[in-house]
Amino acid sequence: MIARAALAASVHVSPGQVAASLALVALAAAISFWWKADLERDIGIAAVRSLIQLTAIGYAIKLIFEADTIWLVFALLAVMVLFGALTARTRARKVPGAFWPLLIALAVAGASTLGLVVALGIFEATARYLVPVGGMVIGNAMTASAVALNRLGDEVGDSRARIEATLALGATAREAAMPIVRRSLRSGMITLVDSTKTTGLIFFPGTMVGMLLAGANPTDAVRLQLILLYALLGSIAVAALVATGLAYRNFFTPAQQLREPA
Amino acid sequence: MLFELREVSLTRAGRTVLDAIDAGVPAGTSAIVGPSGSGKSTLLRLLNRLTDPDGGEIRYRGKPLDAYDPLVLRREVALVPQLPALLDGSVGSNLAYAADLAGRELDSARCLRLAGLGPEYAERDVAKLSVGEQQRAMLSRALAQGPRVLLLDEPTSALDHDARDAIEAALAELRRALEISVVLVTHDPEQARRLGEWVVRLEAGRVVDAGPLERVLA
Repeated sequence: MIARAALAASVHVSPGQVAASLALVALAAAISFWWKADLERDIGIAAVRSLIQLTAIGYAIKLIFEADTIWLVFALLAVMVLFGALTARTRARKVPGAFWPLLIALAVAGASTLGLVVALGIFEATARYLVPVGGMVIGNAMTASAVALNRLGDEVGDSRARIEATLALGATAREAAMPIVRRSLRSGMITLVDSTKTTGLIFFPGTMVGMLLAGANPTDAVRLQLILLYALLGSIAVAALVATGLAYRNFFTPAQQLREPA
Repeated sequence: MLFELREVSLTRAGRTVLDAIDAGVPAGTSAIVGPSGSGKSTLLRLLNRLTDPDGGEIRYRGKPLDAYDPLVLRREVALVPQLPALLDGSVGSNLAYAADLAGRELDSARCLRLAGLGPEYAERDVAKLSVGEQQRAMLSRALAQGPRVLLLDEPTSALDHDARDAIEAALAELRRALEISVVLVTHDPEQARRLGEWVVRLEAGRVVDAGPLERVLA
C-alpha cells in the first residue's frame, strides 16, 4: 500500500502565485499572435476554462474527501466519463455514432484500471486515492480513444476502395476493417508509450513534479509516478481497444456493407 | 436468366442513380454499357450486395438476392472493382487470403496464368506492380475463390493498349477454360463488341435497351 506519508505532503499556493503564472499564458498567446497561428482565442478559452473547471473540481474533491463516501466517488467518476466521452466525440466527427463506443471505452478503462489497482492492494478504495487516480486514468483514456477514433475515421475515408474490395471477396466487416482498426489502436497508444519510454530523461511527469514541489521524498515520488504510468499504460490500451473495437462496426451495415459517408 | 432485376431503384444524396430498372442478365458474357454517371458501377455493386437497392427486387439463379448470405454470395459472385485495391504484401499472400476466405485449396500458378501473369508474380510485392499488373492480380485473386460469376468494373479503364489487350485476352481465355459467367461494365462499346454476348445499355440510371450484342450494338 502506498504510504499515506508519501501523499501527505502539502504546500500552500497563493492566488497571487497562480495569477503570476498567467504570464506564461500571455507568452503563448503572444507567440500565436506573432506567428499568426490563430490560437489566441483558444489559448484564452483554455486558460479561463481550466481556471473555472479546476477550481470547481477542487471544491468538489474537498467535499468528497470530507464526506469520504464511495458513492460520491463513483458519481464523480461517472461525470468524468460522461464529459470525457462528449469531449472525445468532437475529435471523432468522422465516426458515426462515436459517443457510445467512447462512453463504454472510458467506463471500462476506468473501472478495470481502478478495480485492478485496488484488487492488487496498490491503493485503498477511498476517495483520497480513487478520485485523483480515476481522473488521470479517465483523462488519458479519453485522449487515447479520441486519437484512435480520429485515426479510424480518417483511415476508413482513405481506404474505402480497399475495404470494399476485401468485402467483395466475402470477408466480414471485421476482417475487412482489421488492418485499420489495428493502426488506429496503435496510434491511440503510441504517444503515451513513447512518453513513458523517455520519462525521467527528457521530461518529468506531472505527479512526480507535483510531489517534489510539495516536499515529498523523491523515492516516494518516483514510486508513485511509476505506479501511475503503468496504470495509465493499461488504461489507454483498454480504452483504445474498446473504442476502436466498437466504433468500426458503425461503418458497416448488418449485411456486411460499408455505409455511405454521411 | 442469371440475374433478373425488377423495378430496381437507388437514390444517393438526393440523386436518383438507378430509376426503376428492369433487366435480365443471362449466363455467358454480358456487358453493361453507358456513359459516365449512368449507374453502371452501382448496378454491378448491387449484384453481389456491396450495396442494396432502395426499391425493387434482384434475383440470382431464380432466388431473391437478399435470401443469400452476403458472404457466401460474394465468394460465388466475385466483384473486381475499377481501381486496384490489393492488401499489403505479396500477390501470393493476396491470393492465399482470398482462397482461405472461400475455404479452397490455392493453385496460385493456375490463378496467375488465367489472369495472364507468370508464376513468379506470386512473390512480387503488390506495391511494386504497375496498375495493369495490379488489375490482373485483382482478377487472379478473384479467381482464387473459384467463383461462378465474375463482375468486372471497367477492368481496362486505366490501362494502355497493350495492357488492355492482355486483360481482354485473359478474359477470353478465362471464358474458354472455365465455365464462368462474366458481367462486364464498360464505357467503351467497342470493348463490349469484343467481349460481350449480351448487352445492357444504361443512360441516366435507366435501361434504354437490353438484348443480344448483334441487335443492341448493331
